[in-house]
Amino acid sequence: MIKNPVRKEQFVKWVLVAFALSSLLFLFLIFMFILFEGLPLFHKVGLKNIIMGSKWAPTKGFFGIYPMIVSSFFVTFGALFIGAPMGLSCAIYLSEYSGKRMKMFLKPALELLAGIPSVVYGFLGVIYIVPLIRNYIGGSGFSLLATSIILGIMILPTIISISFDSLVSVPKTYREGSFAMGATKWQTIYKVVLPAARSGILASFILGMGRAIGETMAVIMIAGNALRIPTSILDPLRTLTGNIALELAYATGDHRLGLFSTGVVLLIIIMILNYIANFGIKRKM
Amino acid sequence: MVRKFGIIAVALATLIISCSGKPADRTKKDKHTITIAGSTSVMPFTEKLAEHFMIDNRKFVIDVQGGGSTAGIQACLNNTVNIGMSSRELKEEEKMLNTIIICYDGITIVVHPKNPLKAMTLQQVSRIFSGEITNWNQLGWINREIDAVTREEGSGTRSSFEELVMKEREIDDGIMVQDSNGSVKEVIATDPYAIGYISLGLVDQRVKPLTINGVIPSIRSIKTGRYKIVRPFLYVTNGELDEDGRKFVNFVLSKDGQNILKKEGLVGFYD
Repeated sequence: MIKNPVRKEQFVKWVLVAFALSSLLFLFLIFMFILFEGLPLFHKVGLKNIIMGSKWAPTKGFFGIYPMIVSSFFVTFGALFIGAPMGLSCAIYLSEYSGKRMKMFLKPALELLAGIPSVVYGFLGVIYIVPLIRNYIGGSGFSLLATSIILGIMILPTIISISFDSLVSVPKTYREGSFAMGATKWQTIYKVVLPAARSGILASFILGMGRAIGETMAVIMIAGNALRIPTSILDPLRTLTGNIALELAYATGDHRLGLFSTGVVLLIIIMILNYIANFGIKRKM
Repeated sequence: MVRKFGIIAVALATLIISCSGKPADRTKKDKHTITIAGSTSVMPFTEKLAEHFMIDNRKFVIDVQGGGSTAGIQACLNNTVNIGMSSRELKEEEKMLNTIIICYDGITIVVHPKNPLKAMTLQQVSRIFSGEITNWNQLGWINREIDAVTREEGSGTRSSFEELVMKEREIDDGIMVQDSNGSVKEVIATDPYAIGYISLGLVDQRVKPLTINGVIPSIRSIKTGRYKIVRPFLYVTNGELDEDGRKFVNFVLSKDGQNILKKEGLVGFYD
């Protein structure tokens, strides 16, 4: 097509630049779209009535999403409570203890875990976890507990891969110095490697939170979607994402705008989390 | 790398092809197009009717879309569709539209088959969903909390339920919410302590319909008017329908069309 090799190189470069910028453009468009659709209702109903309001009945003029904000954070911390210890242990094992063969087996398995569609997680939750909780612990099973367990599993790949990277990037000399002082392997990990990798591990937790708070399909299937703030781990709850996906099909007029303002709040929360995670990683470098 | 570009190329090609297939292109001179949109409860039945209709009338193209009752009515008012579908009665400000009742659908209160209760009053049902009755022992069964399930805000089934069962009471915030007839049924079928409401057409042996105020929900009791939790499935039109639309509606109201609806568990006009 193009004969001159220099021009060909240039051509390829500019095509790549165009594609790279287009992803930025999409981000910008999504951002503008959500804001344009979501902000008018904040103006009309008032920021306080939306963010702090506790009643959601959009067809009757109530747009309070406070219970959903609280519920979203509940499931997120629940997921972190379950996923963080498991994920971090796995990352430590992978980077410090496991042999080459084990690593060759575990790494692809974890990537597979990340690739399972969320509706499958939700399905497993409905079929196994919800009945288990209903039969052995109580409540309807559609609960904060079930959602936290499923989300805890779903954020594992994020937590493991990022903490693994940060553990591996701790220089070998740190470990050798510690061994030379007579420390055992666990003492070395606990006192030297983990503190050195701290910011990366924190970033992995925060990115895991971002994943958990944005998860939708699995959550709708197992959270029960009730509008009240849960008072125990066996109560059903509704998250911000669940609210949007649940009601979008039928929503018109202000109801639809209400769902977009839910989206605005969600967007802001996720932006803050990502900002914190990036800040944490940057400080390390 | 090459494969990735291949994927992008295929995606772009699909996008271009799907964009060029505008509905307008299909309205060639000898094609008759009818667009229908609205309630997702009515949509599957309309699709079925349209399929049968298009087999006999090859020159017709019927576009059936969802969106909800309110969206369908709105689209009809704006003349963006020929026919709107609604699973609720029209509100005061929508009354200028023509309505055609195509059939009736009963809303049944269902519980798990293991539940020994067979009957309830309308009052008891509304008190469960308003959060006044929260335990099965208040209804004469074991000491266990009731897992009530409702539909999401904006659903036609929910608004019919609110109007016909809840009346002046409000559905409590602590009640679980599912976003379709199917998922409500799934919860009821797996949770022995659950209660919810679904279309009569979807009731099978996995859930148990309750007798309400002494009347068993069935096609027969709906037809005789004894079962009260019934809503009409409506087609709405803005002004008179054109010839094409009328032909389709006539088919829906004919014996053939009504038989199709009857097979799906709805209550039509013929026996």
